[in-house]
Amino acid sequence: MGDTGPRVLVVDDEQAIRRFLRASLTSQGYRIFEAASAREGLEAAAAVRPDLIILDLGLPDEDGVAVTRRLREWSKVPILILSVRGQDEDKIAALDAGADDYLTKPFSMGELLARMRVAMRHAAQPADEPVVTVGELVVDVARRVVTVGGREVALTPVEYSLLKTLAAHVGRVMTHGQLLREVWGSGYASDGNLLRVNISKLRHKIEADPARPQYIVTEPGVGYRLRMTA
Amino acid sequence: MLLAAREAQSEGRRVALAYVETHGRAETEALVHGFTIIPRWQVAYRGVTLEEMDLDTVLSEHPDLAVVDELAHTNAPGCRHARRYQDVEELLEAGIDVYTTLNIQHVESLNDVVAQITGITVRETVPDQILEQADEVGLVDLPPDELIQRLHEGKVYVPDQAHRAVDKFFRPGNLAALREIALRYLAGQVDHQMRAYMEAHAIPGPWPAGERVLVCIDADPLGERLVRTGRRVAAGLDAEWIVLHVETPEYATLPEAARDRIARTLRLAEELGGRTVAIPGTRASEEIIRYAKAQNVTKILVGVSHHPRWIQFIHGSVVERIMRGAGDIDVIVISAATDRPRAPEGAKVGPVLYHPAYLYSAAVVALAVTVSAMAHGVWAQANLTMLYLLAVVIVAVEWGRGPAILAAALSLGAFAFFFGPPSFTYTVADTQYLVTVAALFVVGLVIGTLASRTREQAQAARSREAYMAALQALSGELAATNDLDAILQAVGRHIGSTFGRSVAIFLPTGDTLEPRLVTPGFPLTENERAVADWVFRRGHNAGYGTDTLPAAAARYIPLKTAQRTVGVLGVQPSESGPRLSPEQRRLLGAFASQAALAIERVELAEEARRGDIARETERLQTALLNSISHDLRTPLATITGALTTLCDRAAPADEAVRRELLLNAKEEADRLNHLVGSLLDMNRLEAGTLRLRSEPGDVEDLIGAALAQLGEAAERREIRIRVEPNLPLVPMDFALVTQALVNVLDNAVRYSPPETPIEVTARLVGDEVQVRVEDRGPGIPPGDVDRIFDKFYRIQHDGGRHGAGLGLSISHGIIDAHGGRIWAANRPEGGAIVAFALPVRPAVSSDAAAGSRSGAPEPEPAGEGSRTRGWVTPGRAS
Repeated sequence: MGDTGPRVLVVDDEQAIRRFLRASLTSQGYRIFEAASAREGLEAAAAVRPDLIILDLGLPDEDGVAVTRRLREWSKVPILILSVRGQDEDKIAALDAGADDYLTKPFSMGELLARMRVAMRHAAQPADEPVVTVGELVVDVARRVVTVGGREVALTPVEYSLLKTLAAHVGRVMTHGQLLREVWGSGYASDGNLLRVNISKLRHKIEADPARPQYIVTEPGVGYRLRMTA
Repeated sequence: MLLAAREAQSEGRRVALAYVETHGRAETEALVHGFTIIPRWQVAYRGVTLEEMDLDTVLSEHPDLAVVDELAHTNAPGCRHARRYQDVEELLEAGIDVYTTLNIQHVESLNDVVAQITGITVRETVPDQILEQADEVGLVDLPPDELIQRLHEGKVYVPDQAHRAVDKFFRPGNLAALREIALRYLAGQVDHQMRAYMEAHAIPGPWPAGERVLVCIDADPLGERLVRTGRRVAAGLDAEWIVLHVETPEYATLPEAARDRIARTLRLAEELGGRTVAIPGTRASEEIIRYAKAQNVTKILVGVSHHPRWIQFIHGSVVERIMRGAGDIDVIVISAATDRPRAPEGAKVGPVLYHPAYLYSAAVVALAVTVSAMAHGVWAQANLTMLYLLAVVIVAVEWGRGPAILAAALSLGAFAFFFGPPSFTYTVADTQYLVTVAALFVVGLVIGTLASRTREQAQAARSREAYMAALQALSGELAATNDLDAILQAVGRHIGSTFGRSVAIFLPTGDTLEPRLVTPGFPLTENERAVADWVFRRGHNAGYGTDTLPAAAARYIPLKTAQRTVGVLGVQPSESGPRLSPEQRRLLGAFASQAALAIERVELAEEARRGDIARETERLQTALLNSISHDLRTPLATITGALTTLCDRAAPADEAVRRELLLNAKEEADRLNHLVGSLLDMNRLEAGTLRLRSEPGDVEDLIGAALAQLGEAAERREIRIRVEPNLPLVPMDFALVTQALVNVLDNAVRYSPPETPIEVTARLVGDEVQVRVEDRGPGIPPGDVDRIFDKFYRIQHDGGRHGAGLGLSISHGIIDAHGGRIWAANRPEGGAIVAFALPVRPAVSSDAAAGSRSGAPEPEPAGEGSRTRGWVTPGRAS
């Protein structure tokens, strides 16, 4: 692969993290660029034009949320947020500001690679896919039909809309605010009840065991994610 | 003195002349030369500039030794203390040694002896205690003739004063007597020292066994002499001495001056080191005997009374009665000098004819006359007499002795005038009537006396009871609270209501004394605060009505306990109110000590609490450090071990072994991560920085999220989940409660055999949703059920892996923060239950439901949504 692999900019002030990401990601065919501060990161983002940015929330000069906002002013490059526990609010703020997904340190390499792939695929194919298949769940957006194991599931318009939105961002986390805005409109952005009740109803219709969901997984305190592979 | 001071200086001690009177004499001036002299303080008083010792400068210079002349000196008004010996006391308390001089006639207990011999009453006296405190007393002795010669030569006084002094006081006879007194006094002191030495060295000797002297005083001016004599007698016997005043009913009717004299006498006794006691009673002699016997008194000192003979004849002499009742107790009687005129006394507060009681008395008799006039001729003569008797008795009972005597006299007159034949004259023909009339008079007198005495006694008892009640009320209130402000308020209120005065309480705050309670009207000026400050530092009374800083507007009493002074009580005298009686002073003192104890109690409790917290914190920190270092090192050791093995050149080639090592390292890394997460959670919970982002949450979702977070550990186990259908949404911080449940589940997984199932149940009970996690492990040791939520608590079990002992404690903290509850129990069939409950409706005050438009969870609409909910995992229905 050499010089042709996707270009990844790692913005993290911890040298150990950068070193380990460089070693692991290079072996996966990525080309790695490093920045140790928000300023360096923004400069590198403009200079390198990376295909993906891995951005740490806690940078010495400026926090990751602000960096995300400034990147989003001119770029649609997929951004993966690296956070630690206890940064829930910043995490959500970064996602709402346009970051594509997040990972909590420590994370496994498998998780990181999966998130990276999802983020880059969404960036490459912004158009809705007509059919989303996750295990036995098939969401046929063109025909407005949802089946589980071949059996059609009857959904209310709201439930369908919710599932469609999750499917459109399959593999990516959707914050509560994002889901509410997309499904109900911006006026409902803070109505947690609506979302939770409908997620619960949706799970009871599509999940084999709603208490241990396989398709729609909860990201505690952040939102929901339609899993890529069940 | 100056020679001794010079010697001290040559020994290297820092000596300062604080106040030395040279009287302009060359001889003395020469002696003064070479010393540090502290300039005197100039006090302007009525146009004259007086020079006094500058106490504050001496204190701040703080020499090793201060030389202070003329101990008996009275300070000019405006000085801190009334007397120089008080200045010296302050120097001594500050740790400064003092050399001083004192003439023998200024010793307090010798005061009246000196007056007797010389005919001059010396006013400037110094309490004997000061002398007794002296480490060394040296006698400067000169034959009288030589002294007089020195006087004439001007070596003792300045010449122009000398002659007058010689004429009045320094007569050879006087001086010889004074010399004898001085020698005797010093001999007594030396004897005392010798005996103290012998006692200290356990040398057997004829020790006086428990002598106790009781000095009885009344309003008589003889009292002060009695007290002084008592002190001397007691000192001679090395005995304790008590000064007793019996508050007879007459006490209440004494003029102000007499009562003041009693107060002064008692104060003198206190100053001389005696104990003072005031007890109520009808007959002084009986009370004295009773008290003396109860207290094992060995000697009673009384003064001979000054009542005229005829009164003594009727009442009997108190002294005589004491002597008769004293039994084994020696009675020493002191008599007043015969030529001394009785001190003039104010008019007795007592029978005055315009007093309304006398009018009532006359009215009652008039009524009796009217009735008897109407009944005259109808009733027998004897019954009419009874009518008058009734009138006299009524008057006696109602208004006391005086009006009763008047009533008896009026009745007598009226009876003789109206009914005694011949009528309408005062001539009494029949001697029979004389008997009637005399009986009438005597009965009236006796009943009147008895009634008035009873009433007066009742009054005395009432006032005493009122004091006791006040004290009891205060102590009751103080005991009931542990709050400092409440205590101060109570003290202020009680003193205010008992004494009718404004009050301030000062407590030390850091280095300064700050007023913590000031009732309206208290003059809190800079000056007053300075007085309070002095009282706090010295622990003595000062201010108005005392000898120290008497110019202050209020009286200041240190709030002292056995250990220390905790504050100062300031009491302002009411504008026109009388001075405090000894009893009032005592009550005030009792109030002060109650307050001091209460304040100290609060402070000690606070200190103890702080100490407890500090100890507890320390204990926890130690435990935390131990636990952390252990829990961090163990996984690190595994990881390091695995990695070093793999890094090694002789690394095992077997892929299976390599993989095993790596998996092991990864697991341990997860464990480390978990521990660090727990510590972070704990820290946030304990620091109180935890902010709940409360939103309506789905409990089923919660269980799912927790199991997902638990990851592999949950996937390897059979977990039976039962969620009651139609559970309402519960307001919660979803991420935190997930963590709480993860910890509970983790615990169940950790402490139960891998092949056994774990049950998770969620149901609505009342207005809370309960989540129970049950395992089939060994359960919780009995007695530890409440402890499993303690930090660092771990159940001892064989094998398996320990957690850090933080998980359940964190769950507890999280559930608590939600206003929920968490508990543990053992299953009857074996295994443990850990359950928590969250209220369905958020507490009103919580910052919950931040993002929720409708605070209360909506009931789920019936229909298709609820149809599919139900028992999702097989299990027993409850």
